[in-house]
Amino acid sequence: MAKILAVLEQRDGALKKVSGEILAAARKIADSIDASVDAIAIGPAGLESDLNGLAADKCTFVSSDSLQLYQADLYASAVEATASSGGYRAIVIPATAMGKDLGPRIAARLKCPLVADVTAVADGELTLVRPVYAGKAMSTVKVTAGTAVVTVRPNAFEAAGSGNASVEKIELPDTAVKRVTTAQVKAPENKSLDVSEASIVVSGGRGLKEADNFKLIEELAAAFGGEAAVGASRAVVDAGWRPHSEQVGQTGKVVSPDLYVAVGISGAIQHLAGMRTSKVIVAVNRDKDAPIFGVADYGIVGDLFEILPVLTEKIAKITAG
Amino acid sequence: MGDQLKIAVLVKRVPDSEARIKIDSGSGGIDPASVKFVVNPYDEYAVEEALALKEKAGEGEVVVISLGADSSQETLRSALAMGADRGVLLKTENAPTDPFAAAQILAAELEDGGFDLILSGKLAIDDYHHATGIIVAELLGLPGVSAASGLTVESGKGSAEREIEGGVEVVDFQLPAVVTCDKGLNEPRYPALKGIMMAKKKPLEVKDVTPADSGVEVVGLDLPPARPEGRIVGEGVDGVAPLIAALQQEAKVL
Ligand SMILES: Cc1cc2nc3c(=O)[nH]c(=O)nc-3n(C[C@H](O)[C@H](O)[C@H](O)COP(=O)(O)OP(=O)(O)OC[C@H]3O[C@@H](n4cnc5c(N)ncnc54)[C@H](O)[C@@H]3O)c2cc1C
Ligand SMILES: Nc1ncnc2c1ncn2[C@@H]1O[C@H](COP(=O)(O)O)[C@@H](O)[C@H]1O
Repeated sequence: MAKILAVLEQRDGALKKVSGEILAAARKIADSIDASVDAIAIGPAGLESDLNGLAADKCTFVSSDSLQLYQADLYASAVEATASSGGYRAIVIPATAMGKDLGPRIAARLKCPLVADVTAVADGELTLVRPVYAGKAMSTVKVTAGTAVVTVRPNAFEAAGSGNASVEKIELPDTAVKRVTTAQVKAPENKSLDVSEASIVVSGGRGLKEADNFKLIEELAAAFGGEAAVGASRAVVDAGWRPHSEQVGQTGKVVSPDLYVAVGISGAIQHLAGMRTSKVIVAVNRDKDAPIFGVADYGIVGDLFEILPVLTEKIAKITAG
Repeated sequence: MGDQLKIAVLVKRVPDSEARIKIDSGSGGIDPASVKFVVNPYDEYAVEEALALKEKAGEGEVVVISLGADSSQETLRSALAMGADRGVLLKTENAPTDPFAAAQILAAELEDGGFDLILSGKLAIDDYHHATGIIVAELLGLPGVSAASGLTVESGKGSAEREIEGGVEVVDFQLPAVVTCDKGLNEPRYPALKGIMMAKKKPLEVKDVTPADSGVEVVGLDLPPARPEGRIVGEGVDGVAPLIAALQQEAKVL
């Protein structure tokens, strides 16, 4: 029977939410070719407790405390060793910072095609849908090779429930060659949720007028409780009001949260590239002709400086219960 | 390696990011009419970084390489106008859409080039693979760093910063290496008129290449599904109550 390999992602020794989405995507792909799903996790020993009862046939756990941080070559060797053991039609990897680096390495080592940033599985055998031209078109790709690496966009698939995969612990293959070394991960001082991982994103644009006014955006995000992150348009990042890590769009991050709130953002085509697949879009803008209203589900036309404080207060009341 | 730095930069011709995409029902691809083509924006960061590193080293060579149709000569000329020394076009009318197949051709060209550093963009804004540079690194057996938003290179060693979810990874490596470039690395220079004039005389070699059969087939290209029709729920603060009602009762996200 054909098999699919789902590559899970950990951070600080805990499985990330995206791993459940990868298992779900792998299952969908498996169903299109009547295959089973195996999982592989790479990380420090402490990760093991998160690996019980995953929705897969089995889970290979490559465990070593030297694998705490993402070490590109070592992770690639770990996946390669399992992936090349035979029978895998697809290696499914999250299109996160880690997976976008790891996927191409696996494709090169297995000498197989790579189908990147998949958002849906189409009818037919191993046929996948992926956004191209910054989301302005959708490409449907059929894999004709024996094996392919597939990276999957976060938040595009609903996470799989639990199952009863057995866990097999193995060592890192000693043939692994380390050419690049991740020396450290610098975390920002106020460790906030990343825009690409948040289920709610509140973004501000040039309409905020100056950096200090972004506290209105921060307050609205905070009112939603712990699930919201602050995003920004490129105009305000280039102006130095916000860090690039918050930029949403073609030269920033691609997000598809459950709720995206765009405040004082005109909705340039490069901004839409980063957020048009959000489930619900709300826009606040004083220009009723702003292009952001073209993609918004709900819009308020008016001055954000009047609207935001009222909106924040009402939302805070609801989330406080 | 002395102070001489020999750097290759991979540059791709892509539709401008403002371009409205129309699908050509005949070819099943995009309709290139009325689309303006540019150097892939991330490749401009790569060209700029190469030029700055060469200037800092004092001596060296920056070679720009593109895989594509004859029209990619224009892309190479733009990079030459920024200051690159020479260009190589790997010419084919059927440039592969699979990044592995594209990387194979690029790696074959780079293999015996004696480059200290190979730079590419992190992503081409047409195909959106975010892959080609790293596949090239693996095929050549070189250290590969993707999506660098900071880079230092000194006496045969490199260090790069990569933005990851909620942090910045610091990655160390030895040259020769492949680095793919992200926004934040630098501000690409605009070609001066003198540069544009000089670019016309710089060497640009054209080599015919034949891509291997690709392991994927593009079976459809469609416009994204239209978002459901939205509505303005109100003006000014009067819009807040109906917005909250809609988020709670219709969208059920609150
Ligand atoms: C190659 C390339 C890549 C790019 N990548 C990105 C990207 O990744 N992300 C991105 O965002 N952009 C990107 N851009 C830039 C993009 O084209 C726009 O310039 C940018 O998105 C505009 O930001 P903005 O909406 O904040 O500002 P503006 O376009 O200036 O819009 C400000 C909006 O605020 C509204 N406003 C003003 N005052 C108020 C008020 N008091 N109350 C309510 N509303 C108010 C205005 O009506 C206006 O609509 C890119 C551009 C290029 C060429
Ligand atoms: N046909 C090509 N010719 C030259 N460079 C390319 C080509 N395709 C991709 N690249 C390089 O690889 C980078 C990433 O492209 P991609 O993996 O397709 O997103 C680009 O920014 C270019 O630097």
